[in-house]
Amino acid sequence: MSHEVHARLEGVTRVYPAVAGNPPVHALGPIDLDLRKGEFFSIVGPSGCGKSTCMDVLAGLAPPTKGTVWFEDKRVHGNVPDGIGAVFQEDASFPWLTVEDNAAFGLRRAGVDAAEIRRRVEYALSFMGLKDFAKAYPAQLSGGMRQRVCIARTLVLQPRLILLDEPFGALDAQTRLLMGDELLKLWRETGATVLLITHALDEAAMLSDRIGAMSARPGRFLETVETGWSRDRDSRMLEGETFGHITGRLWQMLRSESKRAMGHEGGVA
Amino acid sequence: MAGTQATYSRKDHERAERLRYLGDIALVILGIVVVWQILHMLAGDVAISSPLATAIRAGELLGSANFWPHAGETAKALVYALVIALLIGIGVGTWLGAHKLSGAVAEPILVALYSLPKITLYPLILLIFGLGIEAKIAFGAIHGVIPVTIFTMNAVKNINRVFLRSARVMKLTTMQTVTRILLPATLPEIVSGLRVGFSLTLLGVVIGELFSSHRGMGFLVMRAIGLHDVSTMMAVTLILAVAAVAISSILLYIDNRLHRRT
Repeated sequence: MSHEVHARLEGVTRVYPAVAGNPPVHALGPIDLDLRKGEFFSIVGPSGCGKSTCMDVLAGLAPPTKGTVWFEDKRVHGNVPDGIGAVFQEDASFPWLTVEDNAAFGLRRAGVDAAEIRRRVEYALSFMGLKDFAKAYPAQLSGGMRQRVCIARTLVLQPRLILLDEPFGALDAQTRLLMGDELLKLWRETGATVLLITHALDEAAMLSDRIGAMSARPGRFLETVETGWSRDRDSRMLEGETFGHITGRLWQMLRSESKRAMGHEGGVA
Repeated sequence: MAGTQATYSRKDHERAERLRYLGDIALVILGIVVVWQILHMLAGDVAISSPLATAIRAGELLGSANFWPHAGETAKALVYALVIALLIGIGVGTWLGAHKLSGAVAEPILVALYSLPKITLYPLILLIFGLGIEAKIAFGAIHGVIPVTIFTMNAVKNINRVFLRSARVMKLTTMQTVTRILLPATLPEIVSGLRVGFSLTLLGVVIGELFSSHRGMGFLVMRAIGLHDVSTMMAVTLILAVAAVAISSILLYIDNRLHRRT
């Protein structure tokens, strides 16, 4: 894996302004983060710690209150840069379109020619195991399959940086593991850099090259853990001893932060 | 083989469902006819004509050249009123749904207007628009615009925000976001509003024709009442009811199909 920086957050802070009499919310930062080209990086942290805000800032969906965001040496400022794709926790498949039309949506907007759209959509659907459901509507699919539709829609755009905001949050544990395997396959095949936001420590430990553990709000990185996994990995590593060590270490860091986020200010011993 | 059997059994099941649905409709129609016949027998020809006499008279009206200009007048007023109600309703509803404060201020006002007996406004409408088709169109549009506005407002207000975030990530322009995301996402609710709005718009147009009008289906009903021609009065009402139920059923079918996908 290259150590070339693909995206960078420099002293980024995000404060949500006061709304309807409520005070401003300091959601994130200041944080610094270097995402290396081609790596799989996960952010874990307690609920409400600013993980999703961090992704929004990096994607250009929300401007930082302070600090600078860089993607491929260009400053991210107000717009989502070319080359970034995102999958969200909520089901974002468009219910009025079939699976194949959902997958082709972004390409049609970009004016890609029909033959190329067909080629990329066929590949993405077959990669995500959705080939037999190309003509189905999202309402006819399970939650996991709908999330795969969203990943396919992102995949066809061939992003160089894929941002995933708890994409498997609504799925059961076994489906999540299988989806994790598919995600690793996608990551290996595309060579893209992946940033995964998750609250599941095991998911982060299984999928990532590096894991950033975030404090309770306002989110700051407590530590970045290197997993040392080879690129050719899958969910079978859950049996290994190292996996337990990594999740244990993450939980050690996050336990007091999670309690703090739940309202037990002062942490625990 | 198993797949073929599964296909057959699903087709059989769908056919059985369709037959049961048609059977239910036939039963409802039969029930209405029976009750109508009983009421006719109780009240006599002077108040309610029999279902058979009404159907014969309706057939005569449909075959008469004098009837169609009146039906055309009502249809024309209805189409104009519906288009106005839709344009204003979708436009205002979208604005109120997108702009939180405006929506919060307007919603109770709209609900109050919805429950207001709009017949009280008719003299005002006549004073503004005169005795022509314009008054009927305006009165019909007033009835239809509020449900379309309320349904559109709620649809825009409750749109899944993740669709809009996805649109931004896929770099859609504002126009593309409106036409490719906002419109299709809100269409099921807009059609629901149109369905409710259609019934009320028709009501408004026909009420408009009942008073101070010289053309239209409402006028035919009033003229028949004046002549104490019970069978004509009921035949025109029957034709109106059948047309309204037919159009409403089509809208309901579209509505159900759109909602099934969400």
